[in-house]
Amino acid sequence: MSPLLRVDRLVTGIGAARVVDGVSFDVAAGETYALLGESGCGKSMTALSLMRLLPDGGRILSGHVQLGETDVLALPERDMRRVRGGQMAMVFQEPMLALNPVIKVGDQIGEALSLHRGLGGQAARDAARALLDSVGVPDAARRLDSYPFELSGGLRQRMMIAMALAGEPSLLIADEPTTALDVTIQAQVLDVLRNLRATRRMGMLLITHDLGVVAENADRVGVMYAGELLEEGARDAFFAAPQHPYSRMLFEALPRTGDAGRLTTIAGQVPRLDTQLRGCRFAPRCPFVIARCRAESPGWQELDGQRVRCHLAGSLPAGSVRERVAYPVAEHTPQPLLQVEGLKVFFPIRRGLIQRTVGHVRAVDDVDLTIQAGRTLALVGESGCGKTTVGKALLRLIEPTAGTIMLGGKAAHAKNMPTLRRQAQMVFQDPFSSLNPRMRVADILLEGMDALGVGARGERRGAVTRLLTQVGLPDDAGGRYPHAFSGGQRQRIAIARALAVSPRLVICDEPTSALDVSVQAQILNLLKDLQADLGLAYLFITHNLAVVEYLAHDVAVMYLGRIVEQGQAGAVLRTPRHPYTQALVSAVPRIEPPAGQPVIRLAGDQPSPLNPPVGCHFHPRCPHASAVCRQTYPERTDLGGGHWVRCHWVAAQG
Amino acid sequence: MNLDAFHFVPVLLWTDALIFMLLIVALATVWWIRRHAHLRAPWAAVARRPMAMGAALVLAVFVIIGLLDSLHYRERLDDSPPDRPQYSVEVLSVFDALASRLRTQQEKTYSAPLAMHLYAKEFTERDGATVRDYPRLKYGGAHLKQADEYISDIVRRVFVGLLQGLAGSLLLFGLLASWQARHRQMKVGSWLSAWGTGHLGWPGRTVVIVLALVLMLGAVMARLAAGYHVFGTDKVGQDVFYISLKSIRTGLVIGTLTTLVTLPLAIVLGIAAGYFRGWVDDVIQYIYTVLNSIPGVLLIAAAVLIVQVAIEAHPDLFDTSAARADVRLLALCIIMGVTSWTSLARLLRGESLKLRTLDYVEAARAFGVSHARIISRHIFPNVFHLVLIAIVLDFSGLVLAEAVLSYVGVGVDPSMYSWGNMINGARLELAREPVVWWQLGAAFVFMFALVLAANLFADGVRDAFDPRLEERR
Repeated sequence: MSPLLRVDRLVTGIGAARVVDGVSFDVAAGETYALLGESGCGKSMTALSLMRLLPDGGRILSGHVQLGETDVLALPERDMRRVRGGQMAMVFQEPMLALNPVIKVGDQIGEALSLHRGLGGQAARDAARALLDSVGVPDAARRLDSYPFELSGGLRQRMMIAMALAGEPSLLIADEPTTALDVTIQAQVLDVLRNLRATRRMGMLLITHDLGVVAENADRVGVMYAGELLEEGARDAFFAAPQHPYSRMLFEALPRTGDAGRLTTIAGQVPRLDTQLRGCRFAPRCPFVIARCRAESPGWQELDGQRVRCHLAGSLPAGSVRERVAYPVAEHTPQPLLQVEGLKVFFPIRRGLIQRTVGHVRAVDDVDLTIQAGRTLALVGESGCGKTTVGKALLRLIEPTAGTIMLGGKAAHAKNMPTLRRQAQMVFQDPFSSLNPRMRVADILLEGMDALGVGARGERRGAVTRLLTQVGLPDDAGGRYPHAFSGGQRQRIAIARALAVSPRLVICDEPTSALDVSVQAQILNLLKDLQADLGLAYLFITHNLAVVEYLAHDVAVMYLGRIVEQGQAGAVLRTPRHPYTQALVSAVPRIEPPAGQPVIRLAGDQPSPLNPPVGCHFHPRCPHASAVCRQTYPERTDLGGGHWVRCHWVAAQG
Repeated sequence: MNLDAFHFVPVLLWTDALIFMLLIVALATVWWIRRHAHLRAPWAAVARRPMAMGAALVLAVFVIIGLLDSLHYRERLDDSPPDRPQYSVEVLSVFDALASRLRTQQEKTYSAPLAMHLYAKEFTERDGATVRDYPRLKYGGAHLKQADEYISDIVRRVFVGLLQGLAGSLLLFGLLASWQARHRQMKVGSWLSAWGTGHLGWPGRTVVIVLALVLMLGAVMARLAAGYHVFGTDKVGQDVFYISLKSIRTGLVIGTLTTLVTLPLAIVLGIAAGYFRGWVDDVIQYIYTVLNSIPGVLLIAAAVLIVQVAIEAHPDLFDTSAARADVRLLALCIIMGVTSWTSLARLLRGESLKLRTLDYVEAARAFGVSHARIISRHIFPNVFHLVLIAIVLDFSGLVLAEAVLSYVGVGVDPSMYSWGNMINGARLELAREPVVWWQLGAAFVFMFALVLAANLFADGVRDAFDPRLEERR
């Protein structure tokens, strides 16, 4: 059978850079082909080349793209417009940006229907409704008249998928379709895509950086690196034995359950594509590199159904290259480092001419936390649950409405803020927005010391050098500006800035979510090393459960401003009791699906904290909700070993 | 210092002082930028743009004329006693001294550009009979014995001017080539080929060609102006070319000093509103909303009239008419500055609102860094590109605004040379038959050249500094 899509030696250039360099692959009808790779490796450019939607300055230099009977690259632009959306359609990463905010979604879908299927009026409306039904949008008829801003992220992405399906394409290109979504919503959207592929027998090109998503959704996998395809194979074979060193190291870089060792990191950076590249592109970063790798670009080699471009294919040593280090675990001490009780952060909602307060957004509602010195507490939850607000309220970057914060046995008031700030610091999510681009690295590190008067003035320069070494940056980094550094290095600078005032607690707000897997591993290793060396305590705010399993000692799960379950990391993540935690754990795409556990899929979205549901906040989405859940918020149920939940259902089980 | 030894006494007008202060600040900024790589980078990008560099060169010509025109002095009267010298009430500038022939060669009334005769018929004695004819000019074309030499004389002057300009540019080019070749340690020949193919790293071809054009134009003008009134004469017989050149300073003063008034207001109020929010933001927003609701020209007219009344009530404060006109010019700058800061302030407020939520500002707050320090180290450096873009974009608008205001009669002092006054003076003459068009034409050509150069330069600066345009580069 001839494949649905055949890409043959596709080369795309932007300016002098060859961002896609000789990529060939096939996608059969009804098959999902996953293009896997880190940011900047050319996956999205491959997809845009197929659609011929390259950005300014981008050109397809050579190659063939055959879609069914059509030679896509030979088509004139007028016919290409019919192919886009008609024969192949694309779902983009950011559903916020892909929908026009001033047109009702029904009309936007109708536009695609009239273009590709010539439908109008009631027929188009019915077809749009059928499409929304097929992507699992509840109450489809009403949703057609909504504007995009009235929809949640998950619903918007479904609208995008519905729109892509309007032309009944035979190939769907999904470019990181769930990266911007929460885990539980991601699970819903991926289910939709899987069902559609099965019922419509579409081919699907899934572009992602997430190995878990690939493992759960793809039939075949292609690994891209620096514009080239490095390895290709069926999913099972690939996940059982990845052949290319790069693929292997990607696996090794992933934090996994019950793994105390250091994560493997990939040294160096992706080579610049606008330079002349010789030999294997991964050679400068490859631990197995031999002389031949640097001189000669490897060709494809077949290995039991897998194809790989490596001179050493098949002869690589089996097993892990992961280095095992046992980290000491700090014991519980009677005096906790941080103790938070009844923390509340309400944002007033003002309306009208005189800005009268008409209500409150209960971003954080009655949160209790305890962190022991030298341990890590992970605060887990989906976006909008208030976890970042908790972190900022602890440092009084946002003024808490109520509650006591005890740090090192002393209550934190507005008066003793300087002492508090020497003990607790923060590392932010996005290393590109957390460093002032107009300040030198040394000045960035000095800022905190100067403001809080840490150390003698003359010794601070020396302290900067020490900090840079501590986070693994070269000594001369201090004199340079942030733009000279990569994302991972910038995050190291941000960590060094927090460490500059020698805090005992560091609040890490999703410090790795903007980074690639291999860089994430470097940062996680660094955080663990620093904890072992300096006895730091972390409040680790994240939505990434894999990272939590690797790093955290204790976990608190937040839902809509409240903590619903808390306990030791192993207990909470392996035997979650709260229905929300169970759903969260179940929704994470995994490389090795945990055997025997039922798959739980949550319906709907997280409600708005402006108007939380009465009773247990989770009851509208809870599979076990009963009458009492709709009336009263559940009390704490202690499960022993410091593990507790707030759930009527668990309490009733005894 | 004993000034008796000189035949003049320097005069420092208010605007002169401010202009030279601005020049010093600009030079200091250039020095500062040269030492900082991240500040130098966007300027290097500006320097790589041929259009921007060509425009900068034209601007430089205007600025040099303006600066020469800002060095003022008063000459000693020839008949004053040596022990108690008396000085002329007329304030002259270095530029006046250089172009003294243009200034002093005054005709009776209108004459057309490059004319030999007046524009109006007069009764003159010729061969004993009184005839009504166009009389010869006192200076324009006076060196010609015969009227039929006129065309050939003009052509000769243009040709000689072109040759002189060309020779000057070749000389400069030769010096540039040998200096560059030595500086880069390469052969002159290889530098020339790099120059010819545009592989210099800076737009050498454009700069050299624009420079050659400017030199040739200047030489031709100088040649012609030596014998004729290039742009004709105005109602009182003054050379229009001279008036146009003198107006350059007025335009530059308006364009630069006004921003000097605008900037502190816009920066302080805009950043304060965006950074502090709350009641500070409300108050500042109310102020600029109110200011914006008053028709601008009306506000300026009212303020200018008040200043005018004040000036006339205190004639003893000013020893020369130039000083009086200068104070009125300064007042106009201040008034226009006070009324035009709102748009930049609004822009800076929006940007500060965005910046204050960024993580690096939060990180600074987490260290307990003071507001003043956050603003000076985190907010201001990151909005500075907007300030710079606003300065260069507003410049041309202000030059044009002066022309409009002077035309309406609320601009600079009527005795001051300015393009607005030229247009105002030409207004009535446009109704004449045959029409007197050269005053308007000259003002138009000069303003057009300055504003076009400023706008092209501003485009280059905006492209280099605006991060949103980055992907287009």
